[in-house]
Amino acid sequence: MAAESEGAIDPIHQFVIEPMFHLGGLTVTNSAAYMIAILVVATFVMIIGTAPKALVPGRLQSLGEVAYEFVANTVRGSAGHEGMRFFPLVFSLFMFVLIANLIGLIPFTFSVTSHIIVTFALAAIVILTVILYGFYKNGLHFLGLFVPSGVSPVLLPLLVLIEVISFISRPISLSVRLFANMLAGHITLNVFGGFVAMLLASGTWAVILSPLPFAMTVALSALELLVAFLQAYVFAILTCVYLNDAIHPGH
Amino acid sequence: MASTEQTNTEVGHEGGHASGVFPPFDPSTFGSQLLWLAIIFGALYVLMSRIGLPRVEGILAARKAAHDSDLAEAARLRAETEDAIASFEKALAEAHAHAEEIGQSTRDKLNAEIIAKRKAFDAELTANLDAEEHTIAANKAKAMQNVGEIATESTIAIIQHLTGQAPSAADASAAVSHVSNA
Repeated sequence: MAAESEGAIDPIHQFVIEPMFHLGGLTVTNSAAYMIAILVVATFVMIIGTAPKALVPGRLQSLGEVAYEFVANTVRGSAGHEGMRFFPLVFSLFMFVLIANLIGLIPFTFSVTSHIIVTFALAAIVILTVILYGFYKNGLHFLGLFVPSGVSPVLLPLLVLIEVISFISRPISLSVRLFANMLAGHITLNVFGGFVAMLLASGTWAVILSPLPFAMTVALSALELLVAFLQAYVFAILTCVYLNDAIHPGH
Repeated sequence: MASTEQTNTEVGHEGGHASGVFPPFDPSTFGSQLLWLAIIFGALYVLMSRIGLPRVEGILAARKAAHDSDLAEAARLRAETEDAIASFEKALAEAHAHAEEIGQSTRDKLNAEIIAKRKAFDAELTANLDAEEHTIAANKAKAMQNVGEIATESTIAIIQHLTGQAPSAADASAAVSHVSNA
């Protein structure tokens, strides 16, 4: 950007949302472009890759099958067979978050999931689904979710309050966990990467220190790869756990 | 929030971002992000639930069906093989028994034949023996008779030699038969 800021570490700039071009009446920002990329990648793996419908799968079809079975097992394990009606939702959430996180790990890219509004919207989809389906399937009995059984009447109001707070905090924790992980990881990577550039540009004896932050960047990249997958998995499994509450509200 | 304020000013300065707030907390971008998220996530959901996931489900089901039918076919073939082995062993046992039977009956038949032949031979032998014995007896009687004649002649000769006179043949014969019968 500006010439005077050359060499300075600006770990926040990677999160800036800027318009890239206009598509009809819509402004395509970098965030929107990366969302489109997510859709393209997911479609490529799950629809183009599985098009051969081969009995013995190729690489891309194997990838699609592995993703399917992984999420299907997660849903079955956490929400039971009834939870499979939400399998497309959980799968879409998992793929969206996973691909967003993985694309964001490529240097100079933008991470869609590093914006709280996106992760919060995803969490809101989950919680709204839980609430709507919970009332649709169980009626007012769904409120039994907040009433632990076998508790003395004296403690009950307190426990109900705790349960309600815990329920309300779910969308917040779900969205903030993903957002904060992505944000912190990218800032850290950027800072250590910036150290390498700064040390190299310093032109003094400090140049010899530059491999240290570079090694750190490499190690952090590996860690962030793990985090990218893990956060997508955590998001999916927590979605399953919350949906399980809507399906079986009994405590 | 002091650090946030600090970064805000930096971003505003270097990123050229108009509002100057920390980008993830910039409400001016929320509308656009939510709109695009709704479009993209909606499209993703529809594509996955309508096309992608049913297709993978179909692939997995087809593979499972193929697996199961292959396993069933293998089980069927194995059962067939076992049947074939069992019937082969049964046939073998039957053939064994049959061979045993044939051997036994052949042996019995041959034994019977041998016994019959031996009996016939024995009978023949006995008959021959009897015939020979008769012949021997006849020859012996004849010989004995000749012996009497020879003895009579010898007696006549001996007496003639001793006495100088020949006894009658009848007397000699009577004497010899008297001696020989004694």
